[in-house]
Amino acid sequence: MVDIQTPPSVRVVGGERRRSPGSLALGAHAMLTLAFLYAPIVVLVLFSFTRDSFGVRWTGFTFDWYVRLLADQRLLTAAMNTLIVALISTIVSTIIGTMTAMAMERYRFRGRTGFDALLYLPIVIPEIVMALALLAFFAFSFGLLETLFGIRLQFGLATVTISHIAFTISFVVVVVRASLKGFDMRLEEAAQDLGANEWQTFRYITLPLIMPGVIGGALLAFTLSLDDFVITFFTTGSGVSLLPVEVYGQVKRAITPKINAISTLMLLVSITLVFLSQFVQRRREI
Amino acid sequence: MNNGIAVDLRNVVKRFADVCAVDHISMQIRDGEFFSMLGPSGCGKTTTLRMIAGFEFPTSGEIFLHGRSVGTTPPFRRNVNTVFQSYALFPHMTVAENVAFGLRMKKTPPADIARRVTEALELVRLGDYATRRPRQLSGGQQQRVALARALVNHPEVLLLDEPLGALDLKLRKEMQLELKSLQERVGITFIYVTHDQEEALTMSDRIAVMNAGRVLQIGTPTEIYERPVCRFVADFIGETNFIEGRVESVEPGGIATIISDDGLTLRGQAIRPVAPGANVTLSIRPEKAFLSVQPPPPGTPNCHQVRVERIAYIGSDTRIDVRLGVRLFDLWEQNSRSTLDRDAYWQPGETGYLWWPAENAIILTE
Repeated sequence: MVDIQTPPSVRVVGGERRRSPGSLALGAHAMLTLAFLYAPIVVLVLFSFTRDSFGVRWTGFTFDWYVRLLADQRLLTAAMNTLIVALISTIVSTIIGTMTAMAMERYRFRGRTGFDALLYLPIVIPEIVMALALLAFFAFSFGLLETLFGIRLQFGLATVTISHIAFTISFVVVVVRASLKGFDMRLEEAAQDLGANEWQTFRYITLPLIMPGVIGGALLAFTLSLDDFVITFFTTGSGVSLLPVEVYGQVKRAITPKINAISTLMLLVSITLVFLSQFVQRRREI
Repeated sequence: MNNGIAVDLRNVVKRFADVCAVDHISMQIRDGEFFSMLGPSGCGKTTTLRMIAGFEFPTSGEIFLHGRSVGTTPPFRRNVNTVFQSYALFPHMTVAENVAFGLRMKKTPPADIARRVTEALELVRLGDYATRRPRQLSGGQQQRVALARALVNHPEVLLLDEPLGALDLKLRKEMQLELKSLQERVGITFIYVTHDQEEALTMSDRIAVMNAGRVLQIGTPTEIYERPVCRFVADFIGETNFIEGRVESVEPGGIATIISDDGLTLRGQAIRPVAPGANVTLSIRPEKAFLSVQPPPPGTPNCHQVRVERIAYIGSDTRIDVRLGVRLFDLWEQNSRSTLDRDAYWQPGETGYLWWPAENAIILTE
């Protein structure tokens, strides 16, 4: 029989963990940061349910503002426009962005480095500059088309959509490229070896494997388009309006909890999309 | 029309920028043959394989698959399949979907696909793994899936790019025998790329030894080992002793007498015609030379009294280094007696008589 003894020098440690002042401070710091980030949003959401018609005092709970929202034709139209623009621009920019990302990852061509830099520029360019540039560009093009061919074009949903495509492509490229970085090119060779032509290879091998990146890019583009104000403001022209611009217009007239309500709904959509994209990108690692 | 030739390479050249990866290669691979391309890395064997697969197109020269020229045919229009070194299994598909991929691309009826996939998985003994994902399998199993995925298409030729490279030694030896028996069962032409000479010797019907983009010798394992045509082949396949010298005289039958650079008189077998005065290299395999305590009968060729410098007992053999002229000469003696008696083995410092029959030494001119 083997005699097992506990060495006398071993003392049992643990049971309670002592909190040092440092770790307490760290915890407090984390809480403060969170509060700093989310307190305004909490206030916004909270006051979308107040009875007070100025939305500054808490006078009781109501869903009234949400109900009134549904009756506001202007807001509903703006919301619809926003969705249409976001949907179309997301589809187009995802396709172009994915193709661009593939080209950048796959091929070595003249001017690739320069093109690479140009591609990322829209992400860092001040949005107001981008907006003014688009405005000037459209005004110039419309003038040119009218003098040359007599075609009259106007600002509207089309110009906003084109503008949104223009500024979201870069974001899609960044996200899709990241997912292409780890892609094993030999899988494509294997597919071709097994009789898949270029399209089938893309359809059955490349696309499914980079899909999390593509979806992530698309969701990012959609979210960006959904709540963009500056570029939208400059490129819609008169007559049509999108949600962020419409909200801004209403705020200028009067601040009511209705604005809080619509903002809360927009927030909800954005948060859902961000979580969705996080979820999709995490699935990749499984 | 193709006279039993599966793959015919004629003067194939492949240049990448200014590097010539494949330099005028010509070879014919027969139907149903296990053919290996053997050489050090960078010798052009993988590039040649990739040209047969269609991943690279030759800079010049022609490639025929069963008589059809396929120079610039893309891989998906060639009835040739590849087993990649990295296996390249599709991670988002199950084992069965991986194996079915080629058939699906060819629009094979689903019922046929199901049957053939099952057959192929049975063939590589992975019948129970159909619904697994590649990453749930061991390296050896993944390797067999890659094999099934290729074989299920009944290719004209199966290309294998160092498929056993990533496996550990024991598994590799098992797979070598398994691959060989599989090839014999399915009767498909295998073209196998490897840098492992033992692997090539074990499995191949014929071997092409390559170096620096050229084919140096094509032959059966025996031909390659016993009758190497040049110094590189003799050195790359197995081990050997080289002795440089000059031809003194040649007898009918190709036996030549050679005076080595350090003045030894040696006799060997010329593979190619040699003339007196030519500079040659003698290649003597370590297992083809002998060391005896007593002097061999007078007139024994290549007999020299030598001193044992080093010995290494490796179980089946004892490797003995003896001093022959200026060099150490390596010879292997089989330990055919089971004994602990020290006297039964050579010890450093002892002297003995080294000799070999003239035909055991090969005279190389290149």
